[in-house]
Amino acid sequence: MKLHDHGKILAGIVVFLIAATLPFWYGRGTAVSPPDLRLDTPVIQQLQDKRCVEATSFMRSNHMKLLNTWRDSVVREGNRSYRATDGKVYHASLTGTCLKCHSNKGQFCDRCHDYAGSKPACWNCHIIPEEVR
Amino acid sequence: MAPTRREFLIIAGLSTIGVACPPLARIISAKTGTPSSRNISPVAPVVAPALTAKGWGMAVDVRKCPDGCRDCIDVCHLTHNVPDFGNPKDEIKWIWQERFEDVFPAENHPYIREASKKRPMLVLCNHCDNPPCVRVCPTSATFKRADGIVMMDYHRCIGCKICLAACPYGARSINFRNPRPFIRQLNPDFPTRSKGVIEKCNFCEERLSRGMLPACVMACPEKALVFGDVENPRSVVRQLLDRKFSIRRRAELGTKPQVYYIL
Repeated sequence: MKLHDHGKILAGIVVFLIAATLPFWYGRGTAVSPPDLRLDTPVIQQLQDKRCVEATSFMRSNHMKLLNTWRDSVVREGNRSYRATDGKVYHASLTGTCLKCHSNKGQFCDRCHDYAGSKPACWNCHIIPEEVR
Repeated sequence: MAPTRREFLIIAGLSTIGVACPPLARIISAKTGTPSSRNISPVAPVVAPALTAKGWGMAVDVRKCPDGCRDCIDVCHLTHNVPDFGNPKDEIKWIWQERFEDVFPAENHPYIREASKKRPMLVLCNHCDNPPCVRVCPTSATFKRADGIVMMDYHRCIGCKICLAACPYGARSINFRNPRPFIRQLNPDFPTRSKGVIEKCNFCEERLSRGMLPACVMACPEKALVFGDVENPRSVVRQLLDRKFSIRRRAELGTKPQVYYIL
């Protein structure tokens, strides 16, 4: 089988490969430091036991699932309390409970979401209390 | 993103074991270095006990509604972050006023008394016992709760507008644009909506859960709005309906509306 215009085709493939892998070449060698999350809000500082609703490791990997469970529980079932694994009962509310402690959304939620390239739609509707007051 | 049934059952099962065996939980938490959290006070879950009912309903005593008063409308729109697009075509309506002939077309006739004809009628979602909007919603974004409130789950709404066509009362509105810039004063305790989402009156479900009556009911200076459990014969609504003759909007359609009008 004869390849017509093989020069152009090969040049095109090379250009494509370079363009497609450019992000990897471009960022080679530069280490992006993990996000610096701030936990020093006034409410958190006053807590004797600095523990989130669930254990930190669980929250770090599963907060989105927990929030979805809260959403369905509050909106669909009208149940606004959440019993944590340690038996404590919390008011299931994104802005009322989560953001009460993590009042620094910009330095907590956003930094990690930006780092991970995650764009949650929560804030399209849920109001960030610190931006209003 | 929601946990699958299997994951949920696993988490629920483990949680049950954790709660049932506190010593085990303590051993595990000591091993993994998680600090024990028995000494901090829990966040108060609710302000006051929630108001509950078998079937919420409202009576509107139109005769008491003062001329030119918009208190209930203003307070509702402020409470629920209802935008004002400044354009009747895009208007978002939770509670609003209509002419008698549009609210009660079957009861209207040429010789109806002037007072009824002139007086604007207060209208809102009827929280039907047989809601056509719920039947047509393809994503179950709108649904009827056990206490009769026809709820909107804004998370699930895809903006298809079938419910807009199904509701015979025009009680549903869609956000053709992002409503955030059109809200005069944001209430951080209630979310806004986003572009392409339907909204309507929710009978102040979020206030009932905190033991408060709906905002419009509390705002009315003449107590023209009465709210309560229509299935409880001793509730204020039922007592009022026992004393006064009442009608409902277009009840012949079979929607079983739960807003009663005293004319």
